Amino acid sequence: MKITLFIPCFVDQFYPQTGLSLVRVLERLGHTVDYPEAQTCCGQPAFNSGYWDEARAVAERQIAVFHDAEIVVIASGSCGAMVKVFYPELFQGHPREAEARALAAKTFEFSDFLVNRLGVLDVGARFPGRATFHDGCHGLRELGLKNPPRQLLQHVRGLELVEMKEAETCCGFGGTFAVKFPMISTAMGEVKCASIAGTGADYVISNDSSCLMQIRGVLDRQGKSVKTLHLADVLAQT
Amino acid sequence: MNAHARTFNEAARQQTADLRQRAWIQTALSGYYAKRDEFKNRFQSWPAARDTAAAIKWEAVNHLDRYLDEFASRLEARGTSVFWAPDAQAARDYIVGVAREHQVRSIIKSKSMTAEEIHLNDALEQAGFEVVESDLGEYIVQLRHEPPYHLVFPAMHLTRQQISNLFHDRLGSAPTDNPEDLTMIARRVMRRKYCEADMGISGANFAIAETGMISITENEGNARLTTSLPKVHVAIVGIEKVLPRLSDLALFLPMLATAGAGQPITCYNTLYGGPRQPGEPDGPEEFHVVLLDNRRTELLADAEQREALHCIRCGACLNVCPIFKNVGGHSYGTTYQGPIGSVITPHLRGLQDWKHLSQASSLCGACTETCPVKINLHHHLLHNRRNAVRERPARFEKLIQTAFVFVMRRPRLYEWIGRFGRILQPLQRLVRGTLLDPLRAWTKTRSFPPVAEKSFRELWRERKKP
Amino acid sequence: MNNREIILGRIREALKIAAPHPALHDGTGTTTPLPASPQKWLPPVGGTLEEQIELFRRNAEDLKAEFRECTSANEAGQYLKKLALAGGWKKIGRHSGELTDPVARELGLPEVRTDGGYAVNDLESCDAGLTECEALVAQTGSVLVSAPSAGGRALSVLPPHHVVLARRNQMVPDLTAALQRVQEKFKDKFPSFLSFISGPSRTGDIERILVLGAHGPKKLTILLLP
Repeated sequence: MKITLFIPCFVDQFYPQTGLSLVRVLERLGHTVDYPEAQTCCGQPAFNSGYWDEARAVAERQIAVFHDAEIVVIASGSCGAMVKVFYPELFQGHPREAEARALAAKTFEFSDFLVNRLGVLDVGARFPGRATFHDGCHGLRELGLKNPPRQLLQHVRGLELVEMKEAETCCGFGGTFAVKFPMISTAMGEVKCASIAGTGADYVISNDSSCLMQIRGVLDRQGKSVKTLHLADVLAQT
Repeated sequence: MNAHARTFNEAARQQTADLRQRAWIQTALSGYYAKRDEFKNRFQSWPAARDTAAAIKWEAVNHLDRYLDEFASRLEARGTSVFWAPDAQAARDYIVGVAREHQVRSIIKSKSMTAEEIHLNDALEQAGFEVVESDLGEYIVQLRHEPPYHLVFPAMHLTRQQISNLFHDRLGSAPTDNPEDLTMIARRVMRRKYCEADMGISGANFAIAETGMISITENEGNARLTTSLPKVHVAIVGIEKVLPRLSDLALFLPMLATAGAGQPITCYNTLYGGPRQPGEPDGPEEFHVVLLDNRRTELLADAEQREALHCIRCGACLNVCPIFKNVGGHSYGTTYQGPIGSVITPHLRGLQDWKHLSQASSLCGACTETCPVKINLHHHLLHNRRNAVRERPARFEKLIQTAFVFVMRRPRLYEWIGRFGRILQPLQRLVRGTLLDPLRAWTKTRSFPPVAEKSFRELWRERKKP
Repeated sequence: MNNREIILGRIREALKIAAPHPALHDGTGTTTPLPASPQKWLPPVGGTLEEQIELFRRNAEDLKAEFRECTSANEAGQYLKKLALAGGWKKIGRHSGELTDPVARELGLPEVRTDGGYAVNDLESCDAGLTECEALVAQTGSVLVSAPSAGGRALSVLPPHHVVLARRNQMVPDLTAALQRVQEKFKDKFPSFLSFISGPSRTGDIERILVLGAHGPKKLTILLLP
């Protein structure tokens, strides 16, 4: 299958290794991977701030970039939700509505793609360690992806998966919310990190780099050594 | 930033810095989660029950004219006075008028968020009437001159020691750290009040159109006493409280209890269809129902957000909201706290004044997931943000967003800005966390990741090279 | 234009634009037409009377109410004598009725009857209130009372111990059946008061700790007669 990658802008700039991990896993499964360099951002920062016209202007370009793609895979529940759930709403009644819906239909979050589209649970990964999984809210509630990431992690050799008490509680990132209301965002991050610490895990894994950026940010200030890892980075290890 | 937003930010800053209080709220709610899940699981299908509840409320709210008319006509047919209040002032004036007409000396009140919304107690007190809140939690916050902290648990922010001190100061009771003793102190005070009061004021949880009855849900029995003994009963009811049929309660009563309080059913679910009827031994001589609009019809006119009127005020969205749990109920500065308050307050009190509550959310969606009537709460927060910008964009933010579009529509420019960031980041490190740091809002409390030496697109190009 | 017309006018104006129906949870469509009867989704109830009585007993006990089956009014009266002795009852409140009359006779305590009206302080000083009811609800462990079946509004909530006398044929499976029963019985002549009582009065307003007897009865006893 020919897979077109949608690499979120902050993964591109801050976590490029996660993008490479994605490529590695998909190629290992025998697929061809393509990456259109004209892509930038899904438009979520404008959308969530209420600037829907601006969000549409950015989203329009993405729609055009992925127009010919067969399948689009995105390594983020949040940007995935933007495309799958919010593009159709953003373009409701707009000339590009049909194209927006078409992109939404062929776009998959990474774990969703592996488990629900390909039916793959074991990607042949090996990663020794004790880890806990953080549900990104968008992946969990907008896309309904509670199980796929866990199913994938359960098949990783050497990995012991422990559930934290508040796996489904928001880490407090929330995009621009994190800088508009830093005190609330940080408080939420502290609750999350206490929950992570409660598991005694060495790693906290998520399918959203933005959540991990928040969690890492708080953990660093707390002087905690728990490591943050994207799901793709774990699955890429052999 | 307007005054309401500044007050909210300041309160949120104080509350989030209060680790003891934050831990207290977490603890206070921990028992609720377990009980809520236990009783949800007793349903044959909680998700299907939610679908049905949402459908029934949809039907009621989208035919509100018909059902309200039916509700009022049936109540009137059995001797109830129904007053239609277009706004808070009309409702207050009417109720003060009823109190004056009967020359009441003492008023007892059971919990009503709608009465809080119109500041009824203040109006009655200014008119010279004594009003006593009979719900234990409401009584406690009334003694403290505070608004309720939570729609359903008004005094959840207080410890038994604080309540003991309060009762000691205000009622002269002996200090105790036993919740039962504290409850009995309030019980004794309130017993005298029930017997003396000549007017009782209540809210309503549901208004049944088919039979012309209000339904009140409570645990303590205070609403039952408030509506049984005084000679006048006034119920204040938001127009959205309507349910079409009596049988709808078979679904809504257990759902309200489960979602709101983690109970299978609330202790008293009482229906009132009129004043004392011929042959009945007690009950008020007069029963007044005040139907309150107070800009609910403006929310109704917004078809996109109309379903916010489905709310049954169970408080479930507050209980799961990480914002509520970290900033507490008083920070909002609104009658209705938490996600539902952030959604409806801009409609009830002005979008520009209250839009900050819609912004103060990570949009995690825990509220939507838990809502028993399936209100898409966090999407409505997004809608409020969009509407606020449409109406009046913030100048600086508009500039940033315009720049964002300019860059994101130009991949080459975007790439160069990334490279530029890599060069600038060492400089940012020199000023990290200080006033000069452009990332200060983040870096004050959190580490910021370094921009990668090579972006993904650069690594991709290298990888592609033969 | 009066207020009623003003508000109804605003509503009609607002409803000119239709709102979409909510989506079903399993993604199979929207909630139009109305999903199946709520009974299908609510907690299950057994089909036979014996099963329902057992479920009622479990639920009532979970709600901290006392439930007891008695073979006769005589036995119920004898049992209340024990409660009266243990609780130091001096006076009870009650209404006249097919079940309350023989049981109260057996109990033989001074009483305040609410039938034709009463003085509030007299009722307040009673140690127990004895009433009948409209129905018992197995699904929730609730007692449905009404003004005529429970001696008015206050008798079942003002005294600190509420005793309910019910017959086996008053047991209904669920809330739907209970509401249906009163609708069929009263038709358009509803009493002004109906209440589902589920356990003794309670509060959790102080530190979310359960305390019984907030403002209403501290104890609830339900006696089931043949």
